[in-house]
Amino acid sequence: MLFSTQNFVVAENKSDEEFKAGEVIIEHVLDSYDWHLFTWKGHHVGINLPIIVINEGRIYSFSTKRLHDSATYVTTDKKTGETITFTIPHEGQYKGKVVILGADGSQKRPLDISITKNVMALFISCTLIIVLFYLVMKAYQKRGEKAPKGLQSLIEWLIVYVRDDIARKAISEKCVDRYLPYLVTVFFFIFINNLLGLIPIFPFGANITGNIAVTAVLALFTFFITNLLGNKEYYKDIFNTPGVPWFLKFPLPLMPIIETVGCFTKPFVLAVRLFANITAGHIVVLGFISSIFIVAKISMAGGVGMSVFSLILAIFVDVIEILVAYIQAYVFTLLSALYFGMASKEHHKE
Amino acid sequence: MELISPDFGFIFWMTLAFGIVFFFIAKFAFPVINKMLKQREEKITEALEKAERTHEEMEKLQAHNEILLQQAREERERMLNEARQSSEKIIEDAKAKAKVEADRMVESAKESIENEYKAAMTEIKNGIANISIKVAEKILQQELSKDNAQMDYIDKIIKDAENQ
Repeated sequence: MLFSTQNFVVAENKSDEEFKAGEVIIEHVLDSYDWHLFTWKGHHVGINLPIIVINEGRIYSFSTKRLHDSATYVTTDKKTGETITFTIPHEGQYKGKVVILGADGSQKRPLDISITKNVMALFISCTLIIVLFYLVMKAYQKRGEKAPKGLQSLIEWLIVYVRDDIARKAISEKCVDRYLPYLVTVFFFIFINNLLGLIPIFPFGANITGNIAVTAVLALFTFFITNLLGNKEYYKDIFNTPGVPWFLKFPLPLMPIIETVGCFTKPFVLAVRLFANITAGHIVVLGFISSIFIVAKISMAGGVGMSVFSLILAIFVDVIEILVAYIQAYVFTLLSALYFGMASKEHHKE
Repeated sequence: MELISPDFGFIFWMTLAFGIVFFFIAKFAFPVINKMLKQREEKITEALEKAERTHEEMEKLQAHNEILLQQAREERERMLNEARQSSEKIIEDAKAKAKVEADRMVESAKESIENEYKAAMTEIKNGIANISIKVAEKILQQELSKDNAQMDYIDKIIKDAENQ
């Protein structure tokens, strides 16, 4: 996770600027339009990712390079012939985001589907996951029923773990096979992205699972699968909860309201938990690293001493983060499995 | 705050990317893996059951063998006993027979000795009688001339014979 040393080097080079640890940390855990690698003799070296925006039904695509250092990119709408100016403001409501600059200096945010750093990292990790599963699938086709070997045995161990210790414990035997592919996917997706987020070297180290958009999408998948595959009993539990006094359902449908809200809070909690855990881990490690630079500003010797101390702590937290990477993948998968189990269980006939 | 407000663009790409990963795993990779896992599990269960059965059969076979061995041992014991008994009987019989034979032989030997003895005695007696007669004859032939003495002697003999 020490990837952000890149950012610190930037901060150091801008000698007249003050080093602001908070900004650097937040900058890291957020997204950006380019993938900054390092700074060489005052020049940023990084990958300029494409900006893709949609404005009034038209797609505009150009390199981030054009908007570096408050530059503006001017193009014309081919249909209306109007000039459109894109820029990235450094402050205000849309700080750090691509906006369309109006003639009067007003800022308008277009529909932004740019390939940002996080999107790029997401593509890389998804490709990795697909390649991984492709290789394992091929290994199974080749080796058949023989004992697993190499990568196959590692993945098999995790798949069997998800199947036996998560899915089968939470979901009734009859319905397990229906939910298992999703649970395996979500487990590997979170686990692999968590781990890749801990690797500081390009092309890894982006904060994917610590992004609320990612966790929200994952939670939405769980939400839709839970509710779309839920059986009659599940909906009866929500709208006509058995074993509850009638006055809690009529005239004011208190229980149905609580149960319905519960349907939405469950995935919401899933999303927030994963996001908060991973982001917090990144922030803590970066905080330790930042403290080196903060102390070094005051005294060089202090900086050297602090670096030893901070590195030890940062490594310690990094090791814990590996554990957290696994635990969070496990928790998300387990809770999803529990929700699926609740939505698919058959009540005993009373 | 930007940190907790999801960005639309990222949601869009995330849905797409995760959807593709999910589709690939659910449609292609996982069914293959799951099928193989199930097959292997079945195979292992089957093999274990088979091993269990074989083990049981082996045990049964062993028990059977044990019984057979026991029976064979008893059979041998019995046969040995029988042989011993019959050999003893044979020896006994032979001994008895031999004894009878020996007795019989001794008996016949005794008998023949008796007979021989009797015959020899008879012969001796006859011989003695003959010799006596011949001696007597000779004496008689020689001494017949001397009448007195002869008569005396004959008288004496007769007297002796009468006295006896």
